[in-house]
Amino acid sequence: MGNGFKKLMRTQLVIPLFSLFLIIVFNLIRDVGFFSISIVTNNQGNPVLSGNLISILNGASAVAIMSIGMTFITSSCKGQDISVAAVAAIAGSVFVSVLRSYEITVPVIIYAFLLSCLISVVFSMFNGILVAVFKIQPMIATLILFSAGRSIAYWINGGATPTVSSPLLSAIGGFIPGIPVPTPIIIMIIFLVLISLVLRFTTLGLYTQVVGINEGTAHLNGINPVWVKLLAFVISGVCVATAGCITVCRIGLINHETLLLDAEMDVILAVAIGGTALSGGKFNLYGSVIGAYIIQALTVTLFAMKVPSAAVKAYKAAVIIIIVIFSSPVVKEFVVNLYKKMFKSRVKTPVKAS
Amino acid sequence: MKRILALILVTLLTFTLAACGTQPAAPDGSSQGTSSEDGSKTSSNSDSGLIKVGIVNNPPSESGYRAANVADFERVFNEANGYKVSTFYSLKNDEQLNAAQQFITDGVDYLLISAAATDGWTNVLENAKNAGVKVFLFDRMMNVDESLFEAAVVSDMAAQGRMAVEWLKEQNLSEYNVVHIQGAMGSDAQIGRTNPLNEEFEKGTMKCVIQQTATWDEATAKQIVESVINSGEKFNVIYAENDGMAKGAVAALDEAGITHGVDKEVIVIGFDCNKWALRELLAGNWNLDVQCSPFQADKIHEMIQMLEAGKTLPEKIVINEETYFDARTITQEDIDKYGLGD
Repeated sequence: MGNGFKKLMRTQLVIPLFSLFLIIVFNLIRDVGFFSISIVTNNQGNPVLSGNLISILNGASAVAIMSIGMTFITSSCKGQDISVAAVAAIAGSVFVSVLRSYEITVPVIIYAFLLSCLISVVFSMFNGILVAVFKIQPMIATLILFSAGRSIAYWINGGATPTVSSPLLSAIGGFIPGIPVPTPIIIMIIFLVLISLVLRFTTLGLYTQVVGINEGTAHLNGINPVWVKLLAFVISGVCVATAGCITVCRIGLINHETLLLDAEMDVILAVAIGGTALSGGKFNLYGSVIGAYIIQALTVTLFAMKVPSAAVKAYKAAVIIIIVIFSSPVVKEFVVNLYKKMFKSRVKTPVKAS
Repeated sequence: MKRILALILVTLLTFTLAACGTQPAAPDGSSQGTSSEDGSKTSSNSDSGLIKVGIVNNPPSESGYRAANVADFERVFNEANGYKVSTFYSLKNDEQLNAAQQFITDGVDYLLISAAATDGWTNVLENAKNAGVKVFLFDRMMNVDESLFEAAVVSDMAAQGRMAVEWLKEQNLSEYNVVHIQGAMGSDAQIGRTNPLNEEFEKGTMKCVIQQTATWDEATAKQIVESVINSGEKFNVIYAENDGMAKGAVAALDEAGITHGVDKEVIVIGFDCNKWALRELLAGNWNLDVQCSPFQADKIHEMIQMLEAGKTLPEKIVINEETYFDARTITQEDIDKYGLGD
């Protein structure tokens, strides 16, 4: 049992799951009905699911999708891409400008989405080339688009906050008629399944981690680190474009200054909470996704608690400090030792026997 | 080799970015040489006899409002009207402060500022005064002594808030349960639009269901309203401090099957009068939109001409005339005339 506990403490998922558990328990104590789900009829006349749990899952989907891409970048490049939200604004702007120049039909939406993916991948590759080929620190390389990205989005939009409206778009950002689950949640699940399949049936995960742990070894074993890193940025580009387009569809409006505002920090935090070391190497995709849900759960909790506007960020920061400290190796070591001392007598015998 | 290439690339980028910083949106770059890099004050003054103006503003990308504001200044302050203009756009107060200081060092005649935040400007404005640079504030007021600037042409955000609150009181609802979605905390627009409503909350004439900042973000506004709906609390007014957040709030209402607009369950109030928002009013989906006029350049131009002619200015603080639109009375003409953007 002692070994089992140690093992559990070592897995990367323990901290995110524990934090999520704490937030859930806290909310249940505060309000028993917090996670209750009900079915209501929306203004289009369709039955849809409603409740805080749905809000959390729905609201976090953009950050969760982006955190998938960020996990690959973090793992292979030993650093983070801080331009994701700005690139999402660019992708969203491309999406909207295509939609506005045609009548909105399903093929046009697909075309607009593919084009925004392409543009987003191109921008992401720009970051990728700086990082992989020119070996610039990821944070410095992506600082360029972090500061310039929203200006580029502004330029694409021609300076306004254009709106697009169509039942098809609200089906993507809200609900497909007849399906009571918000579409962003479905898109998120599809993304996660696809990536899980890729990780299971290809060597992408292994290669990414090898490059992150020791580039020299990877090279000697015939893995080209440059390609692996670039691939991470390509994946991230697609994730970012998807997140941008979903967010646009939610409201039917692109505001390049506020679209996914500060989301890059949430995404990096999601990866960190998820148990992936920000210094690269071993990664945990599901941890990152759970991390995104933790952050959103925290936000929704703060809204529900009616925390004063000016204090929201401080509350969020306080909780995050606690989570991060708990996941630090020092505290982990301490907990394991404490556990050993407390249960020494009981643990002793089976250990001797083995 | 790679390292050298990388260095060159980064240097190039730094320079282009730096250039963006000092004159990011010079509409016709050739005619508007920035004063920061070339020539001294005397040479550039003598070559043209133009009035040197430094404009510090928020970037046009901030909102439809700002885009209209910037376009208005570009229309008035150009060489055809006798101005040599340097502009700087930033959402960050410290960057704006640096730019203003730079303009003073460069020896502009006039400094026009729309501050990102209301505090921290005293030092720079004192420097301007000592250097003989005349300062005009536009759009947003600052927390400084009145002697430090010539005049301020401002949108009276508090007047906008009062207009909306007065209109709301005229509706004679049996009860007011207000969901209040605020802009970025500390901005002039947020403070001005929040205070009149806060007074009503304190007096007890209206009940605050939730008061939360969405930092002008549409998606966050939607989440805030979702959380209120999920809590099961009753509300019948949404007071969103700009159009985008009102749109986000309405998206949440639509998903929860709550009707909104003229003679519906929930009253929706927005600010800024974007064209698309006024169209929502015309369709009866929203109830009220309060204007925030972005047009201040003509007034400042007029005052600068007065100063140049040696006259004194009649008033220190000039307040932009504002208006509002009620969904029951708005017409297509209003949209074409007052709407921002497209």
